[in-house]
Amino acid sequence: MTPLLQVKGIEKRYGARIGCADVSFDLFPGEVMGIVGESGSGKSTLLNCMAGHLEPDAGQVIFDTRADGPVDTVTMSEPVRRMLGRTDWAFVHQHARDGLRMSVSAGGNIGERLMAVGDRHYGDIRDRAIDWLGRVEIEESRVDDRPSAFSGGMQQRLQIARNLVTGPRLVFMDEPTGGLDVSVQARLLDLLRGLVREMGLSAIIVTHDLAVVRLLADRLMVMKSGHVVEAGLTDQVLDDPQHAYTQLLVSSVLQV
Amino acid sequence: MNEYNFAYLDEQTKRMIRRAILKGLAVPGYQVPFASREMPMPYGWGTGGVQVSAATLTPEDTFKVIDQGADDTTNAVSIRKFFENTAGVETTEETEKATVIQTRHRIPEAKLREDQIIVYQVPIPEPLRFLEPRETETRKMHSLEEYGLMHVKLYEDISQHGAISTAYAYPVKVLDRYVMDPSPIPKFDNPKLEMDAIQLFGAGREQRIYAVPPHTKVVSLDFEDYPFEATKADHPCDLCGAEDSYLDEVIMDDAGNRMFVCSDTDYCRSRREAGHVGRLVEENTA
Amino acid sequence: MIELINVSKSFTLHNQGSAVIPVMQGASLKVAEGECVALTGASGAGKSTLMRVIYGNYLAASGRVLVGDLDVARAEPREILALRRETLGYVSQFLRVVPRVPTLEVVAEPLLAVGCDKQAALDKAAGLLGRLNIPERLWSLSPTTFSGGEQQRVNIARGFAHDYPAMLLDEPTASLDAQNRETVLSLIEEAKARGAAIVGIFHDIEARSRVCDREINVSEFTPGMAA
Repeated sequence: MTPLLQVKGIEKRYGARIGCADVSFDLFPGEVMGIVGESGSGKSTLLNCMAGHLEPDAGQVIFDTRADGPVDTVTMSEPVRRMLGRTDWAFVHQHARDGLRMSVSAGGNIGERLMAVGDRHYGDIRDRAIDWLGRVEIEESRVDDRPSAFSGGMQQRLQIARNLVTGPRLVFMDEPTGGLDVSVQARLLDLLRGLVREMGLSAIIVTHDLAVVRLLADRLMVMKSGHVVEAGLTDQVLDDPQHAYTQLLVSSVLQV
Repeated sequence: MNEYNFAYLDEQTKRMIRRAILKGLAVPGYQVPFASREMPMPYGWGTGGVQVSAATLTPEDTFKVIDQGADDTTNAVSIRKFFENTAGVETTEETEKATVIQTRHRIPEAKLREDQIIVYQVPIPEPLRFLEPRETETRKMHSLEEYGLMHVKLYEDISQHGAISTAYAYPVKVLDRYVMDPSPIPKFDNPKLEMDAIQLFGAGREQRIYAVPPHTKVVSLDFEDYPFEATKADHPCDLCGAEDSYLDEVIMDDAGNRMFVCSDTDYCRSRREAGHVGRLVEENTA
Repeated sequence: MIELINVSKSFTLHNQGSAVIPVMQGASLKVAEGECVALTGASGAGKSTLMRVIYGNYLAASGRVLVGDLDVARAEPREILALRRETLGYVSQFLRVVPRVPTLEVVAEPLLAVGCDKQAALDKAAGLLGRLNIPERLWSLSPTTFSGGEQQRVNIARGFAHDYPAMLLDEPTASLDAQNRETVLSLIEEAKARGAAIVGIFHDIEARSRVCDREINVSEFTPGMAA
């Protein structure tokens, strides 16, 4: 089987400081990988390097494209990479307002990606937007409301709908449940899990919340000071952590 | 007229503007940045159009200025006077006789010819601006032809009003490449953007010039199930009886009486001179 | 089907003076198809640890942990995931599910994961829930609100939904009444009959002697306790 994503020796420096270094892994179709670590551990830098938002100083991010097979997205031309970002890739931001157009209705937000890839039939676009609102559990009657009138959890669900409407194969998520109430988080996680499973998505989820990765991720990568210190099966890493830092991380979680 | 260089601007500036115009003509619909000068009139009064006209005019030209189709509004009169004083060119109110026409918010009803140039005054040249405030991002969207956002605006129109309610500054795609703001002309004028004359657009405050060469394909954006429609008030002109021209609605009194008249004053006058009469003229003569 | 060769396991507590706690040494065992083996030994002897090493939940320090053709101790995460999906089932003592998912779907999920037709999966799930006496009116509810005994039975139904060639059972009959206990024992016997290799922990001596073919005392593998 060809990996959907092959990350090879990714390194990003900010001057003398290391953002992340020497990160390599393969992600296979349908796999969900979590990246955990404390603030400043380089997990967001790594995510942005993979998603094409930051240019890494070294390394390759090879994606198995539909048309041409595995291609290094770091060296591909910007238009092609941005097209990938609108079709096969999706990016869910921590703050919904970074991933939504706050002055555009919910329907318009979902429809944008469809229109960006050439859909020009209003009725179809609207039907698909409404279908997706339903899938992320937002009432159809809210289709013409602006996200500024939505709660934080709804905004986040809308962002997910907006990202998944074009049927991407790889979703990058940056702290998708950060800043949400615990009850809202659970609902969102449940929704994400269902969608990932149903659509056969591969996903890379950056978070500092170990409960999130336990629920969503098949695999886990633990980062510290820009380096991957441990990687493996999620339950194995969490239940039998090998590295000192991972042990500290796991033992630091408050028990409810 | 010795105290001014021909058409007010110095020759170096006019060369700079002409370069921008030529570049604009070479890349139809692309917004060319230029070093907009201070003009002796406030921004919003057509400083971009005036600079383009100044760089375009030759002493042999005949100049016409319209504002919302009219030759006799303050703005039109003062710009016309400005070039009478600084360039000494001949001016006219007749579309037929003009070689350079500066316009705000209209395209004349009379079909323009290959030997004419029309200069549009543009307030906001960036059609994507209302949805994407970052210039760096809109530039990238143009260069990569990422125009999904433009349809988001039309989508929002339909979802809120049941139809595309954008009535002026209706976005177009030029030569299958650049999405362009045609300046705040009514969408009734959009089909005329495919014309025989050279079209130049100047935005003074925003420092952009763009152009559409003659016989260039210009398509108004729309949806398959909500096609573009060039609409106007469903009424004939009350003065000249024209049914094919864009109309202004004029409130006559506080009893609800109103009239519709051609916004293109030259078109209306020439029709009346040719003997056409509208509803009000018939009533008055009756 | 399941074979452990000289497996050892220790925990290194980096944050407590790097104390190394050896918990298993020289563990070797072999379970054939259609065989059920009971792990015995005192509490803390390492029965659950051994099960977790086989499941890939704990990382073996050395030795080989073969399930079918795969060495779990060295396999890639995705290989272990595939193994757990297709080959190796695990009925733990606790039900761990996502909130809000209906019981019927919780039970059908392992079948859907291996690509079973949705209706066939739901039918089989319904059959199992029926056999385990979960009232039909509860099927559309999430099991998170159920009593301990009900949750345990849902867990067993889920564990037996897919016909895994290898299974790990952790106290499958604990806290069950006589009737349900009987059902679970027959499920185990059916699994054996179709050729499943089973490793289990049974505190219920009667149940153990009924379904298990042999016993392995894990104390033999406990460092410092071995004879």
